[in-house]
Amino acid sequence: MPKLQSAAELEKYRAEILARRDPAKPCIAVCVGAACDGMDSAAVAAAFVAEGGKLGDKIEVRTTGCHGYCEKGPNVVVTPGDICYFEVQPTDVPEIIAATLKGEVVERLVYKDPNTGAKAVHMNEVPFYKHQTRLLIGDNPKIDPMRIDDYLAVGGYAALVKALTEMTPEQVLDEVKKANLRGRGGGGFPAGSKWETTRNAPEKTKYVIVNGHEGESAAFMDRAMLTGNPHKILEGLIIGAYAIGAQKGFMYTRHDMPLLEKHVRNALAQAKEYGLLGQNILGSGFDFECELHFDVGIFVSGESSALMRSIEGNAPEPRPKYIRTSVNGIWDKPSNLNNVETWANVPQIISKGAEWFTSIGSEKSKGTKLISLSGNVVNSGVVEVPMGTPLRTLVFDIGGGVRDGKILKAIHFGGAMGGSIPADLIDSPLDFDGMSKLGAPIGAGGLLLMDEDTDMVEVARYLMDFLVNESCGKCVPCREGMQQMLHLLTNITRGEGKPGDLERLEDLIEVTGVASLCALGKTSGDPLKSMFRYFKPEYESRISGGSAGK
Amino acid sequence: MSEMTEIVLTIDGQEIKATAGMTVLQAAQKAGIYIPTLCHHEKLEAFGGCRLCMVEVEARGWTSYVVSCVYPVAKDIVVRTRSAKVDKIRKVLVEELMAHAPDAPELIRLAEEYGADRNRFERDASFCIVCGLCVRYCNEVKQKNAVGFIDNGARREISFIPEVAKDECWDCQECFTICPTSYAQAAYLLTEALAFPGQRKVPIKTTQAPEPTRRVIPIMPVAATT
Repeated sequence: MPKLQSAAELEKYRAEILARRDPAKPCIAVCVGAACDGMDSAAVAAAFVAEGGKLGDKIEVRTTGCHGYCEKGPNVVVTPGDICYFEVQPTDVPEIIAATLKGEVVERLVYKDPNTGAKAVHMNEVPFYKHQTRLLIGDNPKIDPMRIDDYLAVGGYAALVKALTEMTPEQVLDEVKKANLRGRGGGGFPAGSKWETTRNAPEKTKYVIVNGHEGESAAFMDRAMLTGNPHKILEGLIIGAYAIGAQKGFMYTRHDMPLLEKHVRNALAQAKEYGLLGQNILGSGFDFECELHFDVGIFVSGESSALMRSIEGNAPEPRPKYIRTSVNGIWDKPSNLNNVETWANVPQIISKGAEWFTSIGSEKSKGTKLISLSGNVVNSGVVEVPMGTPLRTLVFDIGGGVRDGKILKAIHFGGAMGGSIPADLIDSPLDFDGMSKLGAPIGAGGLLLMDEDTDMVEVARYLMDFLVNESCGKCVPCREGMQQMLHLLTNITRGEGKPGDLERLEDLIEVTGVASLCALGKTSGDPLKSMFRYFKPEYESRISGGSAGK
Repeated sequence: MSEMTEIVLTIDGQEIKATAGMTVLQAAQKAGIYIPTLCHHEKLEAFGGCRLCMVEVEARGWTSYVVSCVYPVAKDIVVRTRSAKVDKIRKVLVEELMAHAPDAPELIRLAEEYGADRNRFERDASFCIVCGLCVRYCNEVKQKNAVGFIDNGARREISFIPEVAKDECWDCQECFTICPTSYAQAAYLLTEALAFPGQRKVPIKTTQAPEPTRRVIPIMPVAATT
């Protein structure tokens, strides 16, 4: 592939890709995302390739990233028509291919409502999908993450073309600011303001970073995006670099996901080959390189200053300085870091405009949010809904409610640094500020459902056990405070709680929260704080009764 | 900053003159105002690990709690080195550290000052409070890196690296004197006993080599003469 020299060349190439493709030709998309892969969807994909191969060119088979409905994997989607087949086994393959060629549907493999028995064939009829707004993850079934042409075929890199040819960096920045895009990594800080700080920093060498570390427990949407559609994030990053004036970018991600690594490496190489990375991108005069970097396996690597230390080649310890990484980041150069999902939002904001973007979502939280749905839920998976969507929609309409007919007890957001709210707050809207006020900040977007049998002391203990192992151990309140909280919680779960334990815990929450160096320690007591707010009697009775749980 | 810009701030009700680039701790120390620290050392880069030097800072109407060893001085900020909240933070931090080193003299002194209960939290007699003074002193001042941190979180500890310690520590041992709990010395002797018993480098001719000074406790098995 010769390097694309201009925007016109890219559009011409895109037209050629589309001209070669027949939208009426059946295409079978097999999900090989993490969950489906775990159910050996690779064998399903191989069976489709083998069977389809016998037919010559009549059918196309595509292996794709996560479709979302992890609960029902391996997932297969057949186009045209977006026919969804669930829990597909290699033995089902000949039947699916035969039906597809005849324009028929394999009834036994489509969605069946567990209560009514009603069937749903097309994606927009399946309850799990029909209540979603899949702006970011919706392209996943259409894309083989190893093929940049698939991304171009769905309009990929058109936003980059628009930014480079029709907009100045200031205009790009303005659009993102007007869109009020808030950071998806947990903080909800306006991305535009952050970009502007780095842009305005006097130092000329600037960096942009994709934080794809995703260490939050029960969060698995970023890896679904990055593994399933790496070019979308890369496109957002290049646009951001153009707006900020950065010459170099880093994708910082997990060391423990071989498929993610393969897809991202390949995406970077293809983008470079096509001239979307490197010198003079599409003839615009803008130069930008991007490097892949891996974490060293602890949660705190995802903390922005620790992450930057890690890129420098140092141990991932948060920096104690009162400085902003937007101004003094990697090697003390201005460095703008955003989460995977934040970057993924950038191309559509540039393509469709801030006005369109702000028409979606709640008053102060715009756009959609990816949510990892898990726990005692009927339908676990990766979900995307507009900000402001009531939690009830997420839990019941999309999630299908609580597993095994049990009663909902609590909803937990934000992993080990989040919080739990009781079931009666189910009508609260999904909103950065609203959820924070309730004590369950949405964090990166991991939503855990807990049923009536859940032991809230054990939940707090479990989350604290996770954090104790993930702390870097540099500062006393985080290292020692969390360890002591874990001791106390462990004792209470064993029925060995003592009078004064709650006061000890309250002091530890307070001091760890105010005195810790970074966000890991500062928010480590948040789950416990939310439990004391809503579930304190459970703790009190466990200490006074000394019972070792249910 | 090339010029020495003078900055006026308030610490505990006193107007203090400081220079730009100074930390609140440095400004306070210069003015003779005491702020407790466990991981700070004037020869070392600020670490911000023990958090004991936290103070209350009021700036533009906002009150926040910052670690004074890294927080830079700024014009017109109001610093309070003691308040109910600051004292509580220090009390709980000292209680946490006393779970490891209940008899460390500096911790006993701080416990008295802040009303800390040495038995409040579950004991783990590791004796080290992981202030990192030994590690950083060896790295920044001596540039030997004979002692380092290993592991993370609650498992973090200091560890002498036998290959380096064998050659470098015999005539230094300066970290022993700055260690607030005597653990550095214990860790070194344990490393020696386990990894290189009897192989410690010693001067061939005492007249040519510096005399290893017995800085800490007299039972140190350093053979000054052979």
